[in-house]
Amino acid sequence: MSDHHNEHDHGHHGHDSYQIHYSGKDYAIGFALSLILTAIPFWLVMGNVLAPETTRWVILGFAAVQLVVQMIYFLHLNSKAEGGWNMMALILTLVLLVIVMSGSIWVMHHMNTNMMPGMGAENTSDMT
Amino acid sequence: MSDIKATMTGGMTPAEVTARYMAREHHPEQGTLLGFWLYLMSDCLLFASLFAAYAVLGRNYAGGPTGAELFELPLIALNTGFLLVSSITFGMAMISAQAKNVGKTKLWLVVTGLLGVAFLSLEIYEFQHLIHLGAGPQRSGFLTAFFSLVGTHGLHVLFGIVWLVTLFVQLSKHGMTPENFRRLACLSLFWHFLDLVWIFVFTFVYLMGVLP
Amino acid sequence: MQDTFDLTKFIFGRLGWDAIPFHEPILLATFAGVIVGGIALVGILTYFRLWGSLWKDWITSIDHKKIGIMYMILGLVMLLRGFADALMMRTQQALAFGDNAGFLPPHHYDQVFTAHGVIMIFFVAMPFVTGLMNYVVPLQIGARDVAFPFLNNFSFWMTTMGAVLIMASLFVGEFARTGWLAYPPLSGILASPGVGVDYYIWSLQIAGVGTLLSGVNLIVTIIKMRAPGMGLMKMPVFVWTSLCTNILIVVTFPILTAVLAMLGMDRLFDTAFFTNDRGGNAMMYVNLIWIWGHPEVYILILPAFGIFSEVVSTFCGKRLFGYTSMVYATCVIMVLSYLVWLHHFFTMGSGASVNAFFGITTMIISIPTGAKLFNWLFTMYRGQIRFELPMMWTISFMLTFTIGGMTGVMLAIPAADFVLHNSLFLIAHFHNVIIGGVVFGIFAGLNYWFPKAFGYKLDKFWGTVSFWLWSIGFWVAFTPPYILGFMGYTRRVSHFDDMSVQWLFQISFLGTLMIAGGIGALLMQLYVSFRDRNTARLRDFTGDPWDGRTLEWSTSSPPPDYNFAFTPVVHDNDTFADMKKNGYQRPLADFVAIHMPKNTWAGFVISALACAVGFAIIWHMWALVIGAFIVLLGTIIAHTFNYKRDFYIPAEEVLKTETARTRMLESHV
Repeated sequence: MSDHHNEHDHGHHGHDSYQIHYSGKDYAIGFALSLILTAIPFWLVMGNVLAPETTRWVILGFAAVQLVVQMIYFLHLNSKAEGGWNMMALILTLVLLVIVMSGSIWVMHHMNTNMMPGMGAENTSDMT
Repeated sequence: MSDIKATMTGGMTPAEVTARYMAREHHPEQGTLLGFWLYLMSDCLLFASLFAAYAVLGRNYAGGPTGAELFELPLIALNTGFLLVSSITFGMAMISAQAKNVGKTKLWLVVTGLLGVAFLSLEIYEFQHLIHLGAGPQRSGFLTAFFSLVGTHGLHVLFGIVWLVTLFVQLSKHGMTPENFRRLACLSLFWHFLDLVWIFVFTFVYLMGVLP
Repeated sequence: MQDTFDLTKFIFGRLGWDAIPFHEPILLATFAGVIVGGIALVGILTYFRLWGSLWKDWITSIDHKKIGIMYMILGLVMLLRGFADALMMRTQQALAFGDNAGFLPPHHYDQVFTAHGVIMIFFVAMPFVTGLMNYVVPLQIGARDVAFPFLNNFSFWMTTMGAVLIMASLFVGEFARTGWLAYPPLSGILASPGVGVDYYIWSLQIAGVGTLLSGVNLIVTIIKMRAPGMGLMKMPVFVWTSLCTNILIVVTFPILTAVLAMLGMDRLFDTAFFTNDRGGNAMMYVNLIWIWGHPEVYILILPAFGIFSEVVSTFCGKRLFGYTSMVYATCVIMVLSYLVWLHHFFTMGSGASVNAFFGITTMIISIPTGAKLFNWLFTMYRGQIRFELPMMWTISFMLTFTIGGMTGVMLAIPAADFVLHNSLFLIAHFHNVIIGGVVFGIFAGLNYWFPKAFGYKLDKFWGTVSFWLWSIGFWVAFTPPYILGFMGYTRRVSHFDDMSVQWLFQISFLGTLMIAGGIGALLMQLYVSFRDRNTARLRDFTGDPWDGRTLEWSTSSPPPDYNFAFTPVVHDNDTFADMKKNGYQRPLADFVAIHMPKNTWAGFVISALACAVGFAIIWHMWALVIGAFIVLLGTIIAHTFNYKRDFYIPAEEVLKTETARTRMLESHV
């Protein structure tokens, strides 16, 4: 991405008192957890362990947990970074993401259900 | 009255009033990391649109092949492994960068880049194989959504690798300046973000895609 | 082997001499005018030896003030183009009844209404509000520039290149005929195989990148670069609305990028996103594009609300009533704007439950807007109202926009919308709120901040003429569509059979002529003000012609490059009013060197290359696509190797500038 100006660097960061600290421990924990949280969903699906509908929600849950894990251990997300603005931006983005996804799925499902037969909606999972 | 000054801010002299309203030295805070984070949030919503399209079109097989028929989960597991490990190796690069060790940073960057190339190669192989089977992006709504979502993620990885190479050269030229460290921090955010998106790609697209 | 590699096609794609509309008299005349005007402009620049200054002081400038002015110029130029489209449509609709086919055949008329919408939203309204935010926000927060000055320059040029592409479609090829949102399947490759929709897509993709980055820029500026002491609740309301606007931009524009990319892929690669066959779903386009589209209109109106807040408090000589509720109302509007999008397609068949939900949320969102209106009215109550032009525009806004908002609440009722969707009632509604809200806000802001940017006020006489022609002309032009919409008349129609309603279209045409007069008066106002800029009537030496309340009025007009010799320290809302009340005087000595960013050629060059790539994709000139893209990427990478992007203004120069201002203030008491 194109780059930014404002070289106000004198070795310190102005009013920014919070610095990201990169630590091997964080990455090790994050890696181990992510590995587990990835392996289990793969096993659940490849091994046909649970019923499909249940599996869907379980692996989504695992994905959500791994999201949080990676945010904490890889992205070093916390409420103090950038004066709390990172966290706020993330929360707003996640809220809107949920609205976009669930809103679209809800709306499109209704749209498809109300289509005339033979107009394509029967190719979707909305019509059986 | 002559004592206009006395009515102002509790009897301060004009010089004191002026001084009250100005800062002699002021360095604005660095905004690069926040700005980059905000850009990542926007990228998040770009992917959200693609995920939404996949959610809507993901079962529109149009009489063509389904995810269950096409996806080879072991391959995807391997690719997921490549990306996850590359996140770690980039983390190692950041630790070295923090310690101002340019040589080690560059080494870890190379490893990360190679893992990224491995990821992309496997993905290109997969795409090309699907197209060869007649399951290209034009075949159905499902495949259109699949190729564009996974493909967009892959394009991001490609740009990340280009950026990584550029930074490698810049580190060689200028060493670990504050500016270069800042750029590494941004690339680190970018790289981890791509791994994050991939979590949802393999869950939502591949794993759910093979479920009936 | 049948497949030989066609080199000509690889280089020229589908571009050929037939792309130039030799057979369209209107376009040829326009082209001739553009050539003549262009030669005149080049002549003036050469005669007055301005090329060097143009490049050094404007094109490569990273100064938020210069960039803000350039955005305003872009908006003004495109306003003339967009309004020409409007005039053509009104003329056609006033004429084309029964046997009279008018002068615009349907395939031309369709391009006109598409271009009108695209230009007005993306290349008039957006640049105007972005320009005002760019100019004013850093000054109001006591900063020297935005957080990412280079990115700012780049954003401006990307927006301009988007405009260049859309203007190019006039003379090379054609434009889309799909309406400003280009719904598939009409915008798909089967129904629109020509270049029109491709111009649409790439023009907006390029401009969209500029807008998105500008959004990031202003958010970081507001969060990180406020003067010490300026907590969030001490920021001017215009800064608050700018913050919310730019947050909306950052979370909304990626969706437009994604949807247009999907449409582009359908057209270029024959994918099945929005096709009728192979499992595509055209309704999904409508859904996704309005998830962008509704926040977009709030992106347009929130800065206008901010302008009105500034203007009302300044010209009533009072602190704004209900600052806290204003801030909350703005934030609530920002979030709620993401929950109403389906009201744009109630009729697409999502059913009662979905429609009811979105109908209710749409009604709820009118409440915080109402709260703002009451706050402005309470500010005016018992204030010393000065009827300068910014205040006049604000009052006209209050009357006009409110009625438009009410018709919006009517449309929010799904059952009513089933009658009124895509009718002329809808057209009247959104013009009502956009003109009454956004355009009047821009004019208020223009008259308010022009003296800050240029050191002289805008002429009041011509401004008043423009004001009345716009205010009355708007109602003359748009009341007939309200009536016709109720009667069932649809939008985007170029010919009618029922002669009994022609008179309504003719009244509308009259109103459009009045608005044309308003625009003409605006141009006159700009000319006369420039001509008389040194007269006592217009010249401002103080930097504070309106007895302003916020920090931008503490600088000279125009401000020096560095804005503030010393960063101000803030103690209260309406900072400058507070400073004046306490007898603040400017520091006159002990200046320090000031750290500033350097100008750059990279923004302009990279944008121009992006424009070339866009043009090449439109015309399928694959050689140029590949070549220009490689050069583009190379230029971006090369630019990142430039680490020396700043310099210092020496303290002596600051002393000189400030002393000159002191002298000017003293000699014009």
